[in-house]
Amino acid sequence: MVEHGDIRVVHRGGSKINSREPVVTNDSRFLLCASGERVKVFSTSTEECVHDLRGHTDLVTGVLLRPTNHLQVYSCSVDGTVRLWDFTDGILIKTYDIGYPVYAIYASANHEGVFFIVTPTQSDNRSELFQLVAVHLPQSGDQLVEAQELSAVLSNVSSNPAATGFGRGGEYIASAKGLHLEVYFFKKQKSYRFSLKEDNKKGGKNTLMCIACHPKDDCIATGHEDGKIRLWRNFNHKKEYTYTTLHWHHNAVSSLRFTPEGTNLLSGGLESVLVQWRYNQESERDFLPRLGSAITHIAVSPDGTLFCTSHSDNKITIIQSCVKVSAVIQGLVNGESVRTDLMVDPRSKSLVLNGKPGHLQFYSLQRDKLLYNLDIVQQEYIHELGLQQFEVVKVAFDAPGNWMATVEERKPKAAEPEINLKLWAFDEQTQSFVLNTTVSAPHEAQITSMCFSQAADGQTSMLVSASEDGHFKAWQLPRSACTEDEGPSWSCDFVGDYRGLAPQCCCFSADGSLLAVSFQEVVTVWSPASWELLTTLSQPPKAIRDLCFGRLGCSKYLMGTTASNLLCCWNLLTCSLEWSTSMDVSLLLSDPLTENMAAFCCQAESTDLFVFKPSEPRPVASLKAVCSGKVTRAVFAPREEMLESCEESSQWLNRSQLYFLTQHMDLMTFTTKAEEDRLAASSKQLFIDDSVAMTPFYLLLGKHRKQENQDSLTRLSAELMPLPRGSLAIKELLQSPAHVLPSTSVLCSMFVESLLVSVADGSEESKHAEEEMESEKEEEDSEGEMESRTPRPEPASPGLQSAESAAPALTKAQLKELRRVKKLDHGWLADLLLS
Amino acid sequence: MASFKPTKIQVYPKLGEKVTQDTLYWKNYKAPVQIKEFGAITSIDFSPVAPHNFAVTAFTRIHIYGPFSQEPVKTLTRFKDTAYCGRFRSDGQLLVAGCEDSVVRLFDVSGKAALRMFRGHTKAVHVTDFTSDRYQILTGSDDYTCRLWDIPNATELNSYREHTDYVRCGVTSKLNRDLFITGSYDHTLKLFDARADKSVMTMDHGQPVESLLLYPSEGLLVSAGGRHVKVWDLLKGGQPLVSMKNHHKTVTCLCLSSNGQRLLSASLDRHVKVYNTTNYKVVHNFDYAASILSLALAPNDESIVAGMTNSILSIKHRKSPEESAEVSGQQRRTPSYRVFVKGKNYAPKQDDYLVSKPVKQHLAKYDKQLRTFNVSNSLDTALATWTRLRKPEITVAVIKELDRRGTLKNALAGRDEQWLARLLNFLIGNLVDPRFAAVLAPAAEMILDVYRRVVGQSPLVDRQLLRLQELLEREIDYQQDLLEVLGMLDTLFASSLPRLEVPHPGTSRANGLGAVTSKKR
Repeated sequence: MVEHGDIRVVHRGGSKINSREPVVTNDSRFLLCASGERVKVFSTSTEECVHDLRGHTDLVTGVLLRPTNHLQVYSCSVDGTVRLWDFTDGILIKTYDIGYPVYAIYASANHEGVFFIVTPTQSDNRSELFQLVAVHLPQSGDQLVEAQELSAVLSNVSSNPAATGFGRGGEYIASAKGLHLEVYFFKKQKSYRFSLKEDNKKGGKNTLMCIACHPKDDCIATGHEDGKIRLWRNFNHKKEYTYTTLHWHHNAVSSLRFTPEGTNLLSGGLESVLVQWRYNQESERDFLPRLGSAITHIAVSPDGTLFCTSHSDNKITIIQSCVKVSAVIQGLVNGESVRTDLMVDPRSKSLVLNGKPGHLQFYSLQRDKLLYNLDIVQQEYIHELGLQQFEVVKVAFDAPGNWMATVEERKPKAAEPEINLKLWAFDEQTQSFVLNTTVSAPHEAQITSMCFSQAADGQTSMLVSASEDGHFKAWQLPRSACTEDEGPSWSCDFVGDYRGLAPQCCCFSADGSLLAVSFQEVVTVWSPASWELLTTLSQPPKAIRDLCFGRLGCSKYLMGTTASNLLCCWNLLTCSLEWSTSMDVSLLLSDPLTENMAAFCCQAESTDLFVFKPSEPRPVASLKAVCSGKVTRAVFAPREEMLESCEESSQWLNRSQLYFLTQHMDLMTFTTKAEEDRLAASSKQLFIDDSVAMTPFYLLLGKHRKQENQDSLTRLSAELMPLPRGSLAIKELLQSPAHVLPSTSVLCSMFVESLLVSVADGSEESKHAEEEMESEKEEEDSEGEMESRTPRPEPASPGLQSAESAAPALTKAQLKELRRVKKLDHGWLADLLLS
Repeated sequence: MASFKPTKIQVYPKLGEKVTQDTLYWKNYKAPVQIKEFGAITSIDFSPVAPHNFAVTAFTRIHIYGPFSQEPVKTLTRFKDTAYCGRFRSDGQLLVAGCEDSVVRLFDVSGKAALRMFRGHTKAVHVTDFTSDRYQILTGSDDYTCRLWDIPNATELNSYREHTDYVRCGVTSKLNRDLFITGSYDHTLKLFDARADKSVMTMDHGQPVESLLLYPSEGLLVSAGGRHVKVWDLLKGGQPLVSMKNHHKTVTCLCLSSNGQRLLSASLDRHVKVYNTTNYKVVHNFDYAASILSLALAPNDESIVAGMTNSILSIKHRKSPEESAEVSGQQRRTPSYRVFVKGKNYAPKQDDYLVSKPVKQHLAKYDKQLRTFNVSNSLDTALATWTRLRKPEITVAVIKELDRRGTLKNALAGRDEQWLARLLNFLIGNLVDPRFAAVLAPAAEMILDVYRRVVGQSPLVDRQLLRLQELLEREIDYQQDLLEVLGMLDTLFASSLPRLEVPHPGTSRANGLGAVTSKKR
């Protein structure tokens, strides 16, 4: 990332979680998956991200539970390291330095101290050949270990982790590449190779896509490009091998998995149907259809109760025993391309862009979470290659967020494109958008631009759509003509054109009194009230690319960029060109809250950002080399709370934040140093354990946890401080096994007591020392009681114990002084630390 | 696991009239009873007293019908020539009628022979009416005069010779015994006061006046003549209030609904229009088989009686509340309430173990077949006779969905002659519908591609294909004509636009061609 003084470009959310197979832990409580440079730990019941294992410096390519310890997990990465984590606490245990980029990792319980990785054959990254390498783990207590003992097992394997798998009891390893299946037996130290013909007679393609080995039986299942599944048996002989073929999928099988007992085989592919085949009774199949989008990976929990499927739309579905989808973990959907611009929903302040096919996704930027997907097309999605589907191509919101307009488009082969314009009203009750009007074929050709009138107070919104058919149309909601049974619906109010040219962009002024529509090199300015053509502005020789009105104090300016690398500013009062400058602006957008405008300029393979005010041609801020490639989508999102930065270069970020999409569909944003510091401070306070279900008891506990957190701050001044009584007692209760606890009748009173707010907690300065003394005694008494009643030694947290041992022995007077200090109100200190 | 999303059936905006309270009210009548009379029915009058019989004047007779009888209760036949304008007195005991032979006859409703004969007019008498004191009769005649007669002595009280053409309509005030209004073919309406010798007010209708109507409050007067219906404010000295021109032939008769909220006008163009009397907008419209000469509404709008030039009397009775309920009950024969409620309102007790059952998603048959990728079967289902004829939008939606799935060709291929004929029939019926053309045109192309080789093997299919070809050729001609008209209009609009300094802003407000807006329900 590039630094510019104190403004930094950072990744914001939406990394892929479907790139590799997810892993379900032994107790089925957590789901681990590789997500960009991190490993994310999700709770399978609440779908929340519990931990974020950070440490790798490049793409994580594999996650694997440690066979010998089910609370630890290996992750491998392209950065050439394999790391071992404790995922329940989110702690890095060990780092093995391999030295080569690792593309996949495998391990088996029968091969202790060894794991298998896939690395490129040559050391350089660009090589196409990969090999499977066994790595012997050096026994060392150090954090960072260099793994030296490498021995090649198979050469020329596929880099796809699904194409390799361990067989029954780790006796053999099978790997598929292209048309070949290779099986390596560890005992015999021998490998067999089986090949298929390139094309069978019916024109199907035999290429192997994925592999799965039966856990209890000598059987290998392979999935093929033509949708067939082959079950190989007898493969420990070169000649006498057999296979049976199963065929249900009509497109390539992308993932295969046996259940842990080997009774069922799961397969998935583009059809987005999870197929469950009975092993040995393959004619019996179960289907779980309409999972949303193509299945890329399937994972099964070790006890076989949960299935997880990753999907191509950056989603992980958790399925309970092949009948019920119990949870969906959805990341920011990264389509092949974002056809709609980036938009910000004025109500929820969420980012709106193309999501699943035919959907719009509302993505909360603050919480980095997908809020919901809105079905725009409302048609059954047919999962088939090469089929022309409806796509959402344009979205617009009106200023208060009451109306949304969408355009969907389908281009059948050799036929007219089908275009639908839909208008959605915001429904207060359901807090979602409800379809109000559908206009089929609003224009005869593609819609190039669409915008709502910006007038904030005007109840009658107006939508203008410009199309390549040479017309622009204004749509309005008639207020009077609503009948009893149905509400008002939108209708066309005006059709305009200019010399038969195709309009490119349209833009309303801030007060909604002017509409600018660009027709090639001419900008026409219309009055929406009377639909009169007021004036024309032009700047030959090239067509206008972008149009933008100034806001607030600069609303008399109209900005435009042309294809001939010119940025022009017209003054609408004098109808003349105010200033122009030569720069290759790929995207121009205005901040709705301030006068600022941002221009992304593409220069020599990298993009620069200029922020300026239309009133003067001098940039307010400029950032060089923001990212490589061209930026075509960006948006200003209003901040929840204003920043108070005084520096001139970062003042433009005070009220809103600028998000943009790079060429590789990464969502980036700009942050200032102050903001980052604040974020870091607040993240220290956050401690969520979502592994516990939200029960009333949890809520009760949560309160105590919070207290604990607050206390941790005061601990800075008073090192010696016992934990609050209540939380300790409850912890005690929860952690000790039931058989060692005394009878409930004994415990009950103590437990209830512990729930009450203790006298000592209500610390007030007005209290006298005698009272304090008394309460101290009480506390000591009760603690003594507790110890006498619980036979187990009190499990205090190790940190606290060490602190206690480190602190020198204190005299009684000092102790009293310390207590007094502790009783003081330290709220102001916490505030100070926070700010 | 998301549930299957059913095929979206496009909802098209309903064309034609909207269902309002008025349409519900005026459609709530039974099928008309039709009675053949001897000649054109010139007048219908309801008796103001209880059984509400009505007198129908046609040719040389007056038939009196009971409210529900289809045979006349009584027939008055003592006319030498065509009878006109049979009217009941306010007590329902006496009836007066004019005649082509210029004699006005007064009948007792229970008797047969005329009680009195009033002679004095020299030409046919088209207008007769009782004054509100019940002892006098107003007549208007083709001899341009209107006269007042005394019933007991059968003498003429007064004669007014102010009109300069036939007097063909007149109405007496129900509140004042001395006031009456006449309308004449000299285009004027005149208000007379029996206490004065001359008319007190004259209004010019502009066309020969055919019918007059006084509001119950008698502040407003409605006149019909030519294609116009005009409303006059009598309290403001005969100031014209509204002029309505909703018929395309002469308006012959006016009538007010019982609550005074709706005005009905009948015309030679075979329509009856219902107006709202607050804003004088047409709220409903009836059609009849022939030109209507007379129209009357029973008290409480119990029946609508219309007499036509082809001597048919049409009587429509209002449906009783039970009957209207019965009809809807027959349409939707549902199980009893108890069947649905059974077990649903059981509240679980504290110790009960709740087994939650997944909510079953209801899918249409074609959706079930689409879910299992049975594309041919789903197309069959969508082409079932009822769906194809009653809900073509479902058929079209399924075809569209198959096209989206890329399996339309598979679903269309391999069909037999009967099926293909059925599909082609559907195409012929719906291909040129602008709502469906975008979907059906590619489908039709695909059918031709698939079945190109078998053309000429089946006379049935070939005939359908020829019809399809004919239809398309005709449609292309229409489109060409429409484009020509559009071009003409454009030049007209362009020349009428004021010249602006800015060069040529091509503007057209809200034509929205090709945009079909639909409302999500």
